[in-house]
This record gives sequence, structure tokens and C-alpha cells, in this order.
Amino acid sequence: MNGADAIVKCLEMENVEYVFGYPGVAICPFYDSILNANIKTILVRHEQHAAHAASGYARLTGKVGVVAVTSGPGATNVITGIATAYADSIPLVVITGQVDSRLMGSDVFQEADVSGACESFVKYSYIIRKAEDVPRIVKEAFYIANTGRKGPVLIDFPIDIQNQKINKFEYPESIEMPSYKPTVKGNAKQIDKVVRELKKAKRPLICTGGGAHLSGAADVIRQFADKHRIPVVSTMMGLGTMPTEHPLFFGMVGNNGQAYGNRAMNQADMILLAGARVADRSIARPNEIEDNKVLVHIDVDPAEIGKNAGPSIPLVGDLKHVFEDLDKEDIRPATEEWLATLAGYRKEAEEAKKAKADLVITPGTVDPTHFIHALSDAMQKNAVYVADVGQNQLWSCANCIIREGRFFTTGGMGCMGYSVPAAMGAKVSDPSRQVVAVCGDGGFQMCMMELGTMRQYKVPVKIAVIRNNVLGLVRQFQHFNYKDRFSVIDLTGSPDLKSIAAAYGMKFLHLNDEAKMDKTIKEFLANDESVLLQCDVDPNEVA
Amino acid sequence: MKRIYNVLVKNQSGVLCKVSGLFWRRCFNIDSLAVGETEDNAVSNMTIVSTGDDHTQEQIEKQLNKKIDVIKVKTFDEKEAVCRELMLIKVKYTRENRRDIIDNCSVMNATIIDMGNNMMTIQICDTPERAQIFLENINHIRIVEITRSGTVALTKCKEG
Repeated sequence: MNGADAIVKCLEMENVEYVFGYPGVAICPFYDSILNANIKTILVRHEQHAAHAASGYARLTGKVGVVAVTSGPGATNVITGIATAYADSIPLVVITGQVDSRLMGSDVFQEADVSGACESFVKYSYIIRKAEDVPRIVKEAFYIANTGRKGPVLIDFPIDIQNQKINKFEYPESIEMPSYKPTVKGNAKQIDKVVRELKKAKRPLICTGGGAHLSGAADVIRQFADKHRIPVVSTMMGLGTMPTEHPLFFGMVGNNGQAYGNRAMNQADMILLAGARVADRSIARPNEIEDNKVLVHIDVDPAEIGKNAGPSIPLVGDLKHVFEDLDKEDIRPATEEWLATLAGYRKEAEEAKKAKADLVITPGTVDPTHFIHALSDAMQKNAVYVADVGQNQLWSCANCIIREGRFFTTGGMGCMGYSVPAAMGAKVSDPSRQVVAVCGDGGFQMCMMELGTMRQYKVPVKIAVIRNNVLGLVRQFQHFNYKDRFSVIDLTGSPDLKSIAAAYGMKFLHLNDEAKMDKTIKEFLANDESVLLQCDVDPNEVA
Repeated sequence: MKRIYNVLVKNQSGVLCKVSGLFWRRCFNIDSLAVGETEDNAVSNMTIVSTGDDHTQEQIEKQLNKKIDVIKVKTFDEKEAVCRELMLIKVKYTRENRRDIIDNCSVMNATIIDMGNNMMTIQICDTPERAQIFLENINHIRIVEITRSGTVALTKCKEG
């Protein structure tokens, strides 16, 4: 057995089903060994997408997504995917091939200091120096990636160590890492404080972030909110914690969120910030959020608490455990009046939206908000909706109906081209689910090579491209902030999507008429097959 | 406000880079950094002196604790600790100022550890403040080179 055999064996021990990646000489021993294992490999068309696909896989399964790429450019290409996973706290183990360890540091062919380059984007990184260290390192890597504040772990694996003989393979049963012990259970005294304050609160609010999904706490939070009649809002990453049509759900907060969600945040006298990091796009003035209210910040990462907003009650712990503990108490604050106020705000907003619906739509285009609403309404109950980045993402966040399904997007890094590979990873993990990627024509062209991967491995993802032939969100920014001095946002020259679909053997649909929307969407979602839908919108539409 | 961080880390390659990289990335200031092995050769001690407001100080401590190679972080003010800094100063001397240099050294407990025809190297190992005073006292002499170890510190044996 050599080092490569050992790492593959370790992946089997970790029940890894899929490895997303791209081989090259420096990772060939690994890709040779994996032929003997019961692990499926998926050859993506660009290393960045291997990390995004693994991210989609990890988000849907709760397991660690695994990536294996070669040294040098393979490793540097994957960095954006790693950084995206890091910003969204997605558990990945990324194995990069590396040049011969005796040559490291001498700038040989395809050598890149990937562990150095990735230092600020990974939760932890390893360079394997001895093949006998492989079992311990892999065991630790999987543990680190998927516990505490989750995130990507890098394993840089020099080719000579992949080929180095290992005499005895023993996969450790336990982990010994005295310096890494994430706090899972919330402190009882702090929980008591929260309960006391909640009982007194007149206008309590739960604001969920991406942590709610990562800790698998969505169901618990939903039950808690239902039982104690506490309204819920979400950040972009927290969307889907509550079904969007749930009467206790009051939308997304932040500068791209719903006004009624932000009004709820402003007027609440107590906020339970759950697994949200108070990022600039969610909370515009974080230092004011604690004014006139009790701010409880619950997070598994102590460093997040107090980083952007100073909480009244810090509570370190895994959300699932914390909400289970909170739920043991009979809290039930009197919230009916507060709920009625919030429902009033929502009604106002919905009426305003309806008024907008009557406005004239540019002929030959559809209203993107109508499209997202109708599309998500027609999707299967437990479908996965993956939004890319840009206007399509903001329209999606504001209009997507989420029932029992999931909503994925990259809220942290905002990495264009995330949707198609992430949707592919999600679909691979659960072929029974309907998976739809929605992207703009800029983002689509950053990842459209993955149509080849989808075709090769028969991964029937549905892709809707919101086409306006511009980089819409940048154009919108330039419209508002640069008085229509548009600079480098024109996507003229983009390919004919019908031909692209034909080239990859996909069904193609074109929507440019509101009257045909429902029929087209029905056709788009029918059958478990890949479909590319082009949805034309007016470039002047703002999100 | 100055704060001292006594950081116990795994004694392995790359750790210094990970810790100093954290300060760089998060825009925390490093006034000085000294690293050495502890009584356990698997563990190194980093003494980091940093200046920042309360919020920054809290973040430094939390972010350090988040690093997986960091075993323990102790943080304290200068007055809660005994601090020392080693400074080596190479100066040019002349027949006229030689006596003056020796006097300055003897007053401040500094030692001349190397000497040539017209240059000498002075060593001072003292609190960072006294080392600084010494430097100012010999300011009129032509200084050729200085190297400083950075502050190393341990909390005082007796509290209060």
C-alpha cells in the first residue's frame, strides 16, 4: 500500500461517495488508486467548479464534499471555490496534488504554494510529509471540516509521498486534538438569561442565518417559532429555515431584503440572531442593532459574536442544541399584537407589489420577479433552487417560494458561476430531487462548460438563464451611482443559447412572453431531464 | 492600548506564518513578536505585543483561539507581567566618547559584548521602556546597527 492507496482507503472509511475533480500528473497516483475503490469520480470541466459541485453536494447531504485536483494551476484554479466555501462555511476536504516534496520550494513545473495561498480561505491545511501520517491527517481533516463552524480543509499531497510505501494502515477511531474542541452545548446560565428575557419580550424576533442549515437546526427552529409564536426573518444564507409562505415568516433582511423584514428588525425589542454573522449586506448599521433591544447572538463560532455587533447576551453553541434547550422552557411571550403589526407590514408590501404587477412589461421580455415566483411555485415541494449571483440572485431571494425544499446561493463570497456546478453537486447527491439552477447570462458563461459534465454523467439539472445581455447588477449599480455612465457591462457576443443547448444535447426553451410563462415553466419542469431555459428580461429592470 | 498575548502554539512549520498571517489579514497591528520553544519541545510560545482598542483586542484573542494550531492564549497588560527585551546595538566609538559610552552602559546595566578598532556592540536586556531609555541616552553616538528581540513576557508570580 502506498500513500495514495491509504488516502483512498481513508475516504472509503469516511463513506465518501463522490470525488469531484480534475487529474494531472501530480495527483495521478491518487486517481490510479481510486479506480480500485467504491467511490465515484466526476470529472468537472474547471477545477473551481469541482469545489462548487462539492459545495452543492455538502449542503444537501450535510456530509463533507470531496475535491481532488492536481498541483500548480489545478490547485490555484480551485482556490476561488475554496474561498466561496469558506465564506459560506461549507464543509469540504480538498486534496491537491503537489510536486515531489524534495523539489518543493524550487519553483519546478506546476508547483504552487497552495497551502500558503489558501491560508486565509481554509479552516485548516495540511502538507503531507510522510505517507504514514495519511490516516491521522484525513481523519482530522474530515472532523475539522464538518464540526464547529464548518469550512474547507486543504490537504496538499506531494507526489513522492503518494507513492511512498506504508507498512501498516490503521484508521484512527478517535481524534486527539486538544487545541480544537468546538463548543456545542450552550451555556445553561446564558440560556436561562435568554429565556427570562424572552418571557418579558413584547416584540421578539428570530433572525436565522446560514448556520441554521449547517447545524441541521431548521426543523427545530421552525417548531420553536411555531410553539412560542415568535416571528422569524432570515438573512440570504438563512432562507428556507422557514417556508416562505409560513405566517410567522417575514422575509429576508438586509439591503437586498424585504422592507417588512427590515422593519421587523428595527422594531423588535429582542432579537435572537441565530447562526448569522451580521455581515454588511444583512445589517447595514451593525453597531446600532443593539440599540433599544436585547440582542442575543447565538453562534458556534465564538469569534463571530461581538465581531460586528455587540450582543447583550452572547451564547456560544450549536443552534440545534441551543434551540432544543430553549424549547424545553415554557416561554410563549405575548406576541399576537406584534404578529398582527408585522402581518400588516407584509400586506402593505404585497399590495405594492401587486400594483407593480400591473405596470407595462417591455414587449419581448418577461418580468423576472413574476418568472421566479411562477417557477418556484411550480417546482416540486422539496426541490432545490440554486441561485447564482447578481440580479438573478436578488430577484430569487425576494420572490422564490420555498416550501420543504432548499435554497442555495453563495451569500458570503458572491461567486458568479456558482449555480450550475452547485446544482450539479446537489443533484448527484440526491437524484430523486428536482434541482433548478437560476443564473444570469454573465454567471452562466462562467460555468457553462459544466453542461459537458452534466451530459457525461447524466445529471439532469434544469437551468434557467435570465438573459438581458448585460451584467445586470453592475449596470444597475452604475445606473444609480454613476448616473448611467455604463462601463464594461455589455455582453454582446454571448452565444446563442439554443445552439449551446443543442451542442450539449439538451432540451431548449425560450420564454419572452408573459402569456406563455406558465406553459413554458410547466414544460421546463416536466420530466427528469436537463433543460436550458432562456428567459429574456429588460436590461433596465432593477433588482 | 498595548496588550500582550502569550500564545502557546504547536511547534511545527507553518504555524508562525498562520498566526502572523491572521494579524495581516484582519488588519491587526503587531508591535513585536518573539517566538521560542517552551519546556515542552512540541510547543512554542509566541509573545505578541499589539496595540488596539477594546474591540480589536477582543477580536485578536478570539481569532487566535480559533486557529487550530493555537493551544492556548493568555492575554494581559504590561503591568500584569514581567517583560523583557533584548537589544543589541552596534556603535562607532572614538577615543573621546569611549568613556561616555561605558558610563552610560554601567548606569543602565548594559554590557559591551564585542569590540573592534572603532566599533563596539552593546547588549541591553531590560524592560522595553528601559531599553528605549538607554537607546535615547546614547542617541548622540553614531549607531551603526540595532537588532531587537521583541518583548517576551510572563505574568507576574504574585497577583495585584
